[in-house]
Amino acid sequence: MQFGIMSVSDITRDPISGVTPTEAERIANIVKIAVKAEDVGLDAFAIGEHHNPPFFSSSPTTLLAHIAALTERIIVTTSTTLITTNDPVRIAEEYAMLQHLSKGRMDLMLGRGNTAPVYPWFGQDIRQGLPLALENYNLLHRLWREDVVDWEGSFRTPLQGFTSTPRPLDDVPPFVWHGSIRTPEIAEQAAFYGNGYFANNIFWPKDHYKRLIDFYRQRFEHYGHGTAKQAIVGLGGQAFIGKTSQEAKSQFRPYFNEAPVYGHGPTMEEFSDQTPLSVGSVQEVIDKTLTFQETFGDYQRQMFLIDHAGMPVEMVLDQLELLGGEVVPVLRRELADRRDPEAADAPTHASLVKAKYGDAEPRRPRPNANRGDNVTGSSPYQDTDAEVTASYPAL
Amino acid sequence: MTSPLNLVVVNAGVSDPSSTRLLADRAAARVRALGQARGREVTTTVIDLRELLPELPAALSSQHLGERFKRAIAALVDADGIIAAAPVYKAGASGLFTSFFQVLDNDLLIGKPVILAATAGTARHALVVDEEMRSLFAYLRTLTVPTSLFAATEDWQDKALTGRIDRAALELVLLMESGFAKAVRDESWQNYSHEFGSAGGTETGIDLESDLMRLATGGTAPKKGAP
Repeated sequence: MQFGIMSVSDITRDPISGVTPTEAERIANIVKIAVKAEDVGLDAFAIGEHHNPPFFSSSPTTLLAHIAALTERIIVTTSTTLITTNDPVRIAEEYAMLQHLSKGRMDLMLGRGNTAPVYPWFGQDIRQGLPLALENYNLLHRLWREDVVDWEGSFRTPLQGFTSTPRPLDDVPPFVWHGSIRTPEIAEQAAFYGNGYFANNIFWPKDHYKRLIDFYRQRFEHYGHGTAKQAIVGLGGQAFIGKTSQEAKSQFRPYFNEAPVYGHGPTMEEFSDQTPLSVGSVQEVIDKTLTFQETFGDYQRQMFLIDHAGMPVEMVLDQLELLGGEVVPVLRRELADRRDPEAADAPTHASLVKAKYGDAEPRRPRPNANRGDNVTGSSPYQDTDAEVTASYPAL
Repeated sequence: MTSPLNLVVVNAGVSDPSSTRLLADRAAARVRALGQARGREVTTTVIDLRELLPELPAALSSQHLGERFKRAIAALVDADGIIAAAPVYKAGASGLFTSFFQVLDNDLLIGKPVILAATAGTARHALVVDEEMRSLFAYLRTLTVPTSLFAATEDWQDKALTGRIDRAALELVLLMESGFAKAVRDESWQNYSHEFGSAGGTETGIDLESDLMRLATGGTAPKKGAP
């Protein structure tokens, strides 16, 4: 079971001080937060992707590579990477590069985002959002598994004899989570490929997520990747932890009330009743988080949203102390006790390498020399299957 | 005897007593009486939207439905017929009335027969039912009865209102008896657009044979303009 934090990357006015951080401050602080997450014993740090103010995270792999260089254990990941507006060729390249630099300490979560105007900024059409996401992943999946890809789809120029570089570390593609809150097609795609399914678990009542997670588990089994209990499920959640229940509520309330997404709507108490938000003492946060397992079954990754809505960095770092120091150790023990022996472990690069090669040496391809035409043709690597023939367009 | 028919009254009148509630109750009583005369028992559930007011901000801003909203939606899911009654304010159905129906899933009320009723302080608001409320219920693809109920102050002492209530109630009973909404659901439900979890949480069917599902599982998207 992995525990981590996920950040939206919002730069929001602190409602107490009235000060909005500069982009430079917020970016420097997110690095501190990520490093602290490792220090307090968490397993994963995720950053979102946005292309408009007041968010900073337009280039997640740059940030995550930097964080990977400053840390030793923590998995860097995304929440989410836009599979709609990013060219899947660029995703394949950038995240493979991140995988090499982090020595496999990364994965990624694909999503469609919730900002409609992003689509035209990257030359895409929001009305095609879902088919775009599905088709782009189909291509990404192949780019990480085949040295040479011929491909034709509806949304980008065809590829002929294309090789995405660098090849994934140890020729084991990064693990992919598909994030969705209401789209059965995304759950189906995750199940079809045997990838992870992540429910952000923030905004909606939980019965809403349960339907899709149950569907994903059932389809995961249908496609022969294992039993429904072995499907790979991740959940979001958000918490504000205090020494006492009252302290948590009074500290968090001004931030809740002004939060960009749900502020000025339901009260904090209503929102806590109806959603996974927990604002309370260490024990209250533990108790509420344990209900996720009761509702959704054994799962592999729990991510918390703890830095948003203008919370100052010192407050976030204090939250991390409580989360990593007091909440997560208890959750690890409690969830381990309750866990069905059949449930899968959270995938890591090491476990994926082991699954693919056993004790054998992993593949680490060496390129052939460039033949002067800047295309690799059908044999980009010394050990590429010589039988593969690329199909080129007739001119 | 066949099973009772479920009548749901949605009342947006906020005072107590409320003339809007009074109009809705008179129509409901008439529906019950006509049903009984025709051998069908009618059970009535009343949703006083005033009681949902504390949950309305969350429903509007975050689509968070509180317990009262959930109970109201559950009643509507089971409704064989609906009486929807609103006070008219500033030449429109009240904000509470409109907000409630705007929060509901688009497919919740498909094919259900509805009496539209409104009250106002002046007869100048008379066309609000036909020109505004009826279009909202057309969007929701309900089957509104031909007779609209409208009561301005002076109508309460006019026997013609009773006549219109009788007409509307019979129209509703006939439509409820016909089982139209259920037949539409049974035979054509898939031809309406739904979202996963819509229709008050009852829409959980997933079509695994759609073009998008084929694309999700490694297939290709249908070409634009292809047959």
